[in-house]
Amino acid sequence: MPKAKVNGVEVEFDPGMTVLQVAELAGEEIPRFCYHERLSIAGNCRMCLVEVKPGPPKPQASCALPAAENQEIFTNTPMVKKAREGVMEFLLINHPLDCPICDQGGECDLQDQSMAYGKGGSRYTENKRAVEEKYLGPTIKTFMTRCIQCTRCVRFTTEVAGVSEMGMISRGEGAEITAYLEQAVTSELSGNVNDLCPVGALTHRPWSFNYRPWELTKTETIDIHDALGAHIRIDNRGAAVLRALPRLKEDINEEWLTDKSRYAVDGLSRKRLDRPYVRKGGKLEPVSWDEALTAFAGKLTSTPKNKIGVVAGDLADAETMKAAKDLFYGMGVTNLDCRQDGAKIGPVAQSTPRESWLFNSGIAGIENADAVLIVGSDLRHEASLINTRIRKTWLRNAVQVGLIGQAVDLTYDYTHLGVGPKALKDFKKNSFRDVFKSARRPAILVGSGALSGDDGAAVLREVADIADSCGVVKDGWNGFNIVHTAASRVAGLDLGFVPVGEAIDATAMFKGAVDVLVLLGADEFDFTGLDKTFVVYIGSHGDKGAAMADVILPGAAYTEKSGIYTNLEGRVQIAERCVFPKGEAKEDWAILRALSDKVGHTLPYDSLAQLREKLITDHPVFGRVDAKPATKIFDLKAVGNRGDIKDRVFVSPIVDFYMTNPIARASVAMAECSAARGAHFKAAAE
Amino acid sequence: MSVRRLAAVQPAGFAFSPATMEKANWWIAKYPENRRQSAVIPILWLVQKQEGWVSEPAISAIARLLTMPQIRVYEVATFYTMFQLEPVGSAALIQVCGTTPCMLRGSEALMAVCKAKIGPKDKLSSDGLFTWQEVECLGACCNAPMAQINDYFYEDLTPETMAQIIDDFAAGKAPQAGPYNGRKTSEPMGGATTLSDPKLYDGSAARAIRIPNAPEKA
Repeated sequence: MPKAKVNGVEVEFDPGMTVLQVAELAGEEIPRFCYHERLSIAGNCRMCLVEVKPGPPKPQASCALPAAENQEIFTNTPMVKKAREGVMEFLLINHPLDCPICDQGGECDLQDQSMAYGKGGSRYTENKRAVEEKYLGPTIKTFMTRCIQCTRCVRFTTEVAGVSEMGMISRGEGAEITAYLEQAVTSELSGNVNDLCPVGALTHRPWSFNYRPWELTKTETIDIHDALGAHIRIDNRGAAVLRALPRLKEDINEEWLTDKSRYAVDGLSRKRLDRPYVRKGGKLEPVSWDEALTAFAGKLTSTPKNKIGVVAGDLADAETMKAAKDLFYGMGVTNLDCRQDGAKIGPVAQSTPRESWLFNSGIAGIENADAVLIVGSDLRHEASLINTRIRKTWLRNAVQVGLIGQAVDLTYDYTHLGVGPKALKDFKKNSFRDVFKSARRPAILVGSGALSGDDGAAVLREVADIADSCGVVKDGWNGFNIVHTAASRVAGLDLGFVPVGEAIDATAMFKGAVDVLVLLGADEFDFTGLDKTFVVYIGSHGDKGAAMADVILPGAAYTEKSGIYTNLEGRVQIAERCVFPKGEAKEDWAILRALSDKVGHTLPYDSLAQLREKLITDHPVFGRVDAKPATKIFDLKAVGNRGDIKDRVFVSPIVDFYMTNPIARASVAMAECSAARGAHFKAAAE
Repeated sequence: MSVRRLAAVQPAGFAFSPATMEKANWWIAKYPENRRQSAVIPILWLVQKQEGWVSEPAISAIARLLTMPQIRVYEVATFYTMFQLEPVGSAALIQVCGTTPCMLRGSEALMAVCKAKIGPKDKLSSDGLFTWQEVECLGACCNAPMAQINDYFYEDLTPETMAQIIDDFAAGKAPQAGPYNGRKTSEPMGGATTLSDPKLYDGSAARAIRIPNAPEKA
């Protein structure tokens, strides 16, 4: 490996690294505004100037200069200090000194770096330039006078988000960042440009003027708005959750986050269930916990056990589902289901391997796939950050993509093979099969658009056949991937929270096959078949499920309890409590524990720790936290069931990306996103 | 140079004329199929030649033609000041050079004439015939002061000749381009003072040279 000296210290580096990266290897901090590890190099802020020998006797922009063998790099010489002071003085010439009223204050790169590398004062006495504000959509608030033209936002939207909507117009002093005709940025990842902006030019519109960063309590936890389990940090002030920011996690979300995961947090303080209710004379009346639990327990004991059903919603944690399973199995109720979208997947038979419901290649591993076949998934909205990974590979011309399903905009080119099962049957004849079969690491991504419906298991069988014949699962590579959309799903399947044998599944329960239906935060289905059913809703938000319910037991949202969530890769992660549940609400597992006393089947745990101990004893997969299961080869023949398939169009369960769960539906920010970008979904559906 | 924006009033649509389209295809054919956007600058020129200026519908049409995002065409059109983003005079677009050599030779007086006869800088005249602008060096300093009018250089101007040229354009005539003080291109006044003997440049004084690899004369 080549060697270079940084301030006299020798370091080895990989060929192709830039001077900036080599200096960082040596532990030197290089100030920068435009350079970002995950974006292309622009080299336009000039803050990263260093002295390099051999080379011209002037400072060099280290972010854009390739490091060379035996190069000597200096970051602490008088020349570098003077260069940084000069660049900083120029940057501040047109930057307003309005930090006291700027939302970026306290977490501003320009503020920090001018303290560290700038001079105390300015020699500039002329007028500063002013730039008109731009409208960039419901998530981005602009103060364009503060912009220093680093173009990070332009590069992010173009390269990562895959929407060429932002750009820099004019030049020199007239240069401005804008979107074409100031049309709103439509990307579902738009919030990341606010994180990327090194100054206060682009700030979070939904959170504007709500807080100062230093007055917030910060808790590192896990996101639950999709099945990826992105690592986030929840910031709260008192009981109010004010924001959710991405944390660095290379294996999952890198450092990005979708707009829903980020901005739906205002939904945590709206439409909340904060006390128990019981329906009396057709009207929901607030009651005490004791009365609500007694009413619920009475109904449970008086109903035949095969006429009771339990459905876990998309946001349920593993502890809640474990407690529910123990309680209801103990009572003899076997109608349990965690798949409210009706996806025909999971441990339906004893022999079904766990790999058959996981995203086996891993989120980061999908970047290694050189051919991808997507079946029945609007990947951009079902798992946005997996979609950006495929786009990243596609930009390197290293992957070919085929799609069976609706022809949605995935931000990269793909071969459209058809819309439904017919295309699966005809796959053998398609020329894409040759590409797929000859690929070294082919991956199949199956969404619940293909798996839901009566013939879901048969479709899955068909997909497994294709996977089998094309070498999707082979030594050292497992490219058989299920794209889940719910944070609770994999944990639910791991727990066996599915109907086995004669038991009734969620689809039948929703059609009125049971007399008592217990919903653990399940709202996303058609309620019209439940007129005669006694519905009990345990959850955090007054959404559709609560409106239909006869008994409401207020639970905790994901920021209000410590809960285990398994992401679609099978990675077990623990979300932490950031604030306390609202009003009289309790953690969901504790509600079930209290109920178990009333029905006479007391659950054998009194604390969350005991519950987790039982969970891990019964289901050892929960014992390893934050580790992706090892790549395993499994028998594809055990996946799905042969059966009749009727021709249809694979329709994604996500009709509106910004309205997929009770928290998002309660959020004002999400409503604005949905209104501004709704046309996008209409266009995609056509 | 100020902030460049799209004009407030835009036409309803834009269509490439057959002649423009033919030339555009010639430019596009010069680049590989997946690099069509390389032709954006020549095509912006062609559109400006066709319409006189670059409108928003034209930018969208170019983006569609070259399969590139609209914002990227917009960036190019606003970056280069040679692309007119507002309608310009139908008779003449007068671009008076205001850089140092021309200024020393009297460009300010030319601009005063333009202002008096046409109106304020960068604004379409009330009759719609003229627009005048002050531009940076056009590279004809030896003929200062000068102005580019439509596609040609008008050089060695005086306030009087400038006024005459404007009047001629207004009358629908096409005034002669080139120097207006009687000299030929950038020769000295009164004719050439050097290279008076044709022998110096007609090759007769030169030794025969052998061009390597040239075909042998028959």
